[in-house]
Amino acid sequence: MTDPSVNPDTSTPRRAIDVVNASLKRRYAKERRFRLLGATAVGLGLVFVLLLFADIVGKGYTAFQQTYYRLPVTLSADLVDPEGTRDPRTLARADYMTPIRQSLRQLFPEVKDRRERRQLNSIVSVGAPQLIAEAVIANPDLIGTTSDFWILADDDIDMLVKGYIDRNAPESDRRVDDRVIGWIDRLEDEGRVAKRFNTIFFTHGTSREPELAGIAGALMGSFYTLVLALALSFPIGVGAAIYLEEFAPRNRWTDLIEVNINNLAAVPSIVFGLLGLAVFIGFFGVPRSTPLVAALVLTLMTLPTIIISSRAALKSVPPSIREAALGVGASPLQTQFHHVLPLAMPGMLTGTILGMAQALGETAPLLMIGMIAFIVDVPGGFTDPATVLPVQIFLWADSPERGFVERTSAAIMVLLAFLFLMNLAAVLLRRRFERRW
Amino acid sequence: MNTMAEAIDKTTGAMSASELAGGIHSRATVGDFTVADPRMSCRDVDVWYGSKQAIKGVSLDIAQNEVLSMIGPSGCGKSTFLRCLNRMNDTIDGCRVTGSIRLDGQDIYDRSLDPVPLRARVGMVFQKPNPFPKSIYENVAYGPRIHGLTNNRTELDALVESSLRKAGLWEEVKDRLDQPGTGLSGGQQQRLCIARTIAVSPEVILMDEPCSALDPIATAIVEELIDELRANYSIAIVTHSMQQAARVSQRTAYFHLGDLIEVGETNDIFTNPRHKLTEDYITGRFG
Repeated sequence: MTDPSVNPDTSTPRRAIDVVNASLKRRYAKERRFRLLGATAVGLGLVFVLLLFADIVGKGYTAFQQTYYRLPVTLSADLVDPEGTRDPRTLARADYMTPIRQSLRQLFPEVKDRRERRQLNSIVSVGAPQLIAEAVIANPDLIGTTSDFWILADDDIDMLVKGYIDRNAPESDRRVDDRVIGWIDRLEDEGRVAKRFNTIFFTHGTSREPELAGIAGALMGSFYTLVLALALSFPIGVGAAIYLEEFAPRNRWTDLIEVNINNLAAVPSIVFGLLGLAVFIGFFGVPRSTPLVAALVLTLMTLPTIIISSRAALKSVPPSIREAALGVGASPLQTQFHHVLPLAMPGMLTGTILGMAQALGETAPLLMIGMIAFIVDVPGGFTDPATVLPVQIFLWADSPERGFVERTSAAIMVLLAFLFLMNLAAVLLRRRFERRW
Repeated sequence: MNTMAEAIDKTTGAMSASELAGGIHSRATVGDFTVADPRMSCRDVDVWYGSKQAIKGVSLDIAQNEVLSMIGPSGCGKSTFLRCLNRMNDTIDGCRVTGSIRLDGQDIYDRSLDPVPLRARVGMVFQKPNPFPKSIYENVAYGPRIHGLTNNRTELDALVESSLRKAGLWEEVKDRLDQPGTGLSGGQQQRLCIARTIAVSPEVILMDEPCSALDPIATAIVEELIDELRANYSIAIVTHSMQQAARVSQRTAYFHLGDLIEVGETNDIFTNPRHKLTEDYITGRFG
């Protein structure tokens, strides 16, 4: 401002407020740019999340429906229950495939050739008799009558009905040939084909046949694993955090422990799987591929996360609360449990739910401890062989059948719903604790 | 304010440097730090934070039914000394206390002595009001409950009421005992903290600048309360306000850089300081 041509009013010195005003525009522009950048980042993130959801839902929603045929099935007493005992065990073992095949033969009397007949029989799922057996056991009065049953279709037919098979493709490139398409079209014209809600998906374990594969086994496996992992890791993690933060002396040993805990949080999860294999299965003889051993491994994996976040939560409790409690003569333990812990609890819960979400989605360490085994039965406890949702998704994604593609996406949806419910529970818990000022 | 101004006038007028005992460089305590029948008595107390010495050989008695105020510039160690009296310094890493501090003749730093019951006998009110994030009732009832001072709910209710009455808070909160203690005003919160302290029937109450976060009206109420509490308790109060020291205390101790410079009757200290540092501080020449 020494140049009089630029600033003719040189007699009065430039005031500080003028300098401030001159720089304001630049400062605001900077802020606007930063805000724009932030909004763009959020927008991009949202777009990708939406894309992800659209892709998963778009691929997976059809898995919640399944193709069935409505066929009149005659359950003759000779075939089903020749001795007339109505014993459920006899009924379960009876041959229900023959009545289904008889029914098909009546609907398609023109099919005479043995090869064609076998082809006709294959439009029905191998699991269809099982569903009739369940209905008969539930209601033995069906024996000796003819009634309409919903018969489960084979997965190839299911794909055809759902439109995943291109009818214009050359016949040799299709899983379903022209003759079968003709039969299905005829059944559809007669109103015998329908897509019904896929209860099998939610009530059965996995299977080699896509139409019989369900998520229930993996869901229960995940449930048992997480319940046990939570029951182990929360008390241990919070206890360790309280001890390290509030009671342990500050010395070289506790420093070493602290460094190690921080490093453990960054160890690749498969290493925990190897550790679990060697220690829990190899040394302690815990049965493999059970929720028990999975929970132990996942507990080890999530402990660092829980300890670190719990310590941060304890640190954020104002020291004045501790002084107040000690000042009226509370013991250090009472100070912790009556005053510090309730205030730190929301933060601890956040850390725990992060750890649990990580555990729910973990696949690699569980492969090491046998959770990848093919297990059809739905587990009923902590020591039953089981698999978990992410491993099930991994296995289905690896299967060649077209029917597993939609089931993989559906399983991902179930996993996300599980995660959502867990987070919801955590938010509700948090709110409950925070209300207690 | 008036008495204070007079006091300062008299000091500067009547005293000359030559009359100050010991001279400016002496750090030995001027005045008699003992009392006839001490409640607490401290002898040669040193406090270190790591390698830094915060308190240097302080000896001081607290009498029954008196208010002892501790004044001095920031960082002089008066709060540190106060926190030694109920072993609150135990919670600070690297804090070391030597010398002897006795409560009714018993050494409170004895290895066999449990600091938990000690803190029930020597209560503390802090600089910043720190009610628990619980209801007003729970704030007062917490101490008696953990110590098992009452046998049933009726006795506890009565104790809570009498404690709140003594703290002069009952009339203001009796209709909202279930409301959060943190929802009260600053002055009310501090009186709630005092009620919480006296609910466990301590023998000595330590107050660390209890009015520094309060407005003048709340300060006046708390000071009045301190005067009333003197009938039943021994009180040691740290304050930055010399007017407050003059108003509430019977004896005053002046700390400077970890030394106890001078101790005596409050009146004498303010009208007739014998050490140059005391005089400089209370006449406002430094600090």
